[in-house]
Amino acid sequence: MRRQNGEADKRVRRPDPEALLRHVQAAERAEHRGQLKIFLGYASGVGKSFRMFDEGRRRHARGEDVVVVAMQPDMDAETEAVARTLEAVPTLLMNGIPVIDVPAVLKRRPQVCLVDGLAYDNPPGSPHARRYQDVDELLAAGLSVITSLNLAYIVEQQDFVRSVTGKAPAQGVPQDFIDRADEVVIVDAPTEAETPLRAKQLSQLRQRALLLTADVVDHQLEAYLLLNGIEPSWGTQERILVCMTPRANAAALLASARRNVDRFHGELFAVYVNQPNLTAEDQTALNRNLILARAQQAHIDILDGSDPSGTILDYARAHGITQIFVGHNLRETWRTRLTGGLLDRLIEEAEGIDVRVFPH
Amino acid sequence: MTLGQASRRGRLKIFLGYAAGVGKTYQMLSEAHELRSQGVDVVIGYFEPHARRDTIALTDGLETVPRRIIEYKESPLEEMDTDAILRRRPQAVLVDEFPHTNVPGSARPKRWEDVEVLLDAGIDVLTTMNVQHLESLNDQIWQSTGVRVRETIPDWVLRQADEIVMVDLTPRALLNRLERGVVYAPERAQAALQNFFRESTLVALRELAMRQTAHAVESRQPPEEPGGPIEAAAAAHGRERLVLLIEPNPASAALIRRGRRVSDYLQAECFAVSVSRAGDLSDLSPDQRETIERQLNFARGLHIETRILQGDDAAQTLVNFARVVGATQIFVMRQKGSRVPSLLRRGLVQRIVSLAGDMQVTIVADRSRRHDKPQAP
Repeated sequence: MRRQNGEADKRVRRPDPEALLRHVQAAERAEHRGQLKIFLGYASGVGKSFRMFDEGRRRHARGEDVVVVAMQPDMDAETEAVARTLEAVPTLLMNGIPVIDVPAVLKRRPQVCLVDGLAYDNPPGSPHARRYQDVDELLAAGLSVITSLNLAYIVEQQDFVRSVTGKAPAQGVPQDFIDRADEVVIVDAPTEAETPLRAKQLSQLRQRALLLTADVVDHQLEAYLLLNGIEPSWGTQERILVCMTPRANAAALLASARRNVDRFHGELFAVYVNQPNLTAEDQTALNRNLILARAQQAHIDILDGSDPSGTILDYARAHGITQIFVGHNLRETWRTRLTGGLLDRLIEEAEGIDVRVFPH
Repeated sequence: MTLGQASRRGRLKIFLGYAAGVGKTYQMLSEAHELRSQGVDVVIGYFEPHARRDTIALTDGLETVPRRIIEYKESPLEEMDTDAILRRRPQAVLVDEFPHTNVPGSARPKRWEDVEVLLDAGIDVLTTMNVQHLESLNDQIWQSTGVRVRETIPDWVLRQADEIVMVDLTPRALLNRLERGVVYAPERAQAALQNFFRESTLVALRELAMRQTAHAVESRQPPEEPGGPIEAAAAAHGRERLVLLIEPNPASAALIRRGRRVSDYLQAECFAVSVSRAGDLSDLSPDQRETIERQLNFARGLHIETRILQGDDAAQTLVNFARVVGATQIFVMRQKGSRVPSLLRRGLVQRIVSLAGDMQVTIVADRSRRHDKPQAP
């Protein structure tokens, strides 16, 4: 059986030379591209727009050339007061929809553009269907952009938002656009807007926005460490690795690992180290276990290596694993008694990683 | 009347950040003005100016309770005057730098203990802290950033906060502020940039602060409606219980912190036990006894129930106790020393594993050790 090349495999991130190359390319591109900074809020009325305009005001005071290129129609007085102190390139009104005047902005060429509300759809016939694509054009032209965004307007979050609030907006910005931002700031304040949402709903959205930003930050940390050639030292997020064997009680191991991962909002991995001469029975059991791992949405890898514990630990270190889950077979053979089995060696050598042993 | 007042405990709100200069105090002061405009009687109990102009400007219009002067080694030092605040009896008080350690000779060793007194008196408290001061994160933060924090706050103190909000600023913006001299005076800023304020450290701490806040938000959510997924899982799998084995080893502190953290996330009960032949540790050397007593005290400080068990066979005694209290997991420390003690210990861990039956055994990594990694250029 060869290495799995399924969905899960794509999400395994380390060590990945292609990812490193992408980061290097992104860094090179970034020399010419403008910087994108996003103020992310979990609901309306938490003060994203205010934070954004306030940053614009402060940068302007420090001598940066800052221009407002899109405003929201219904700003609160405090935000509007700050926004009005800054120069603006007004939006065009097409079919009653405000559209960033990209040619006018490019002609004006400020250092920094403020875009309040990233998730607008442009009217049919516009050069770009969505506002974030306009923003992309500004960034590509070397202009920096500071913008504000509500969790509910991230496409990949909309199923979750709908499950919490019962509805989600029609427009949206893809997660990938957020991931590529140079900086994402979480605006974690109580909402001052009139909202039909209950405290529990707001707190669910708030939690999601925090975790989403933490994930963006986690990816940035990896990229930073990769680019600077720093060996990563992990521990910011729980990552659980389940060691698969044909005989392991995989269902219990995986179910427990999944529960723990969910509680910690971490990541789940499962590996199997190829062993020679598996019996047909063991092969069937192993295949069944791998199906279980996939059902628990683990990142799965099949590894080759003559030294199973060393192979597992190399993988664990490369993937920032914080806990290894392993089954324990009570029946010891004379050989494992003599040399120390896989379990003993894992315990002995898993420096910096917890090892949790499950009864068979 | 006084009885009625005393029965209502004050509300605790924490502004959580990840470094000096992210804007915690600024946001706390902004909120104080907001409260004042709503007619709340709010005063400043302790404010650390750090010579930051924007922040100092925000104290205008807010009453400050003068600090208390304490003579220490013949120099006068200033601390929050908790008694004066109690006499002043505001509705709400601002207390900067929650994890601060008071000067020896103060009524209470820690500022968070002063805050407890204020809360008990029915006064709402707004306070500031960085995530790295949370006790259970101490080893993890050391492991991932190389920063060892000395002033810590037990997790239960944060758990009882009514509200925790994350004050966010990106590391890049923070480093800019530091370079512009907004955070510290120039000499101190240079030192800070070379030590704590490395970008990789800041990014890691920021991520931890976000995850910690998310956890705080989640654990404050109203309970799941019956039949909800979390409740169903809890019903199906029962409540988790952890038993931690404390050995005469200073590294046991890491085991206790890890056990505390895991049990908080799993909403599990947690016990810390030590096994001795005599049942009262009298068979141990004074050094070993002192180490164990210190560890058990530390565990109690984190609201972990502790026991000293009597038994000749540590593994068997531990497992018996775990079974009696219905434990689902046993936590033991992993130690890497010379080869020989390691083989002896392997025996202990192996015996616990083989006796544990249907309980899980977690061998906890020693996160107090850290390889020195090449540092950012």
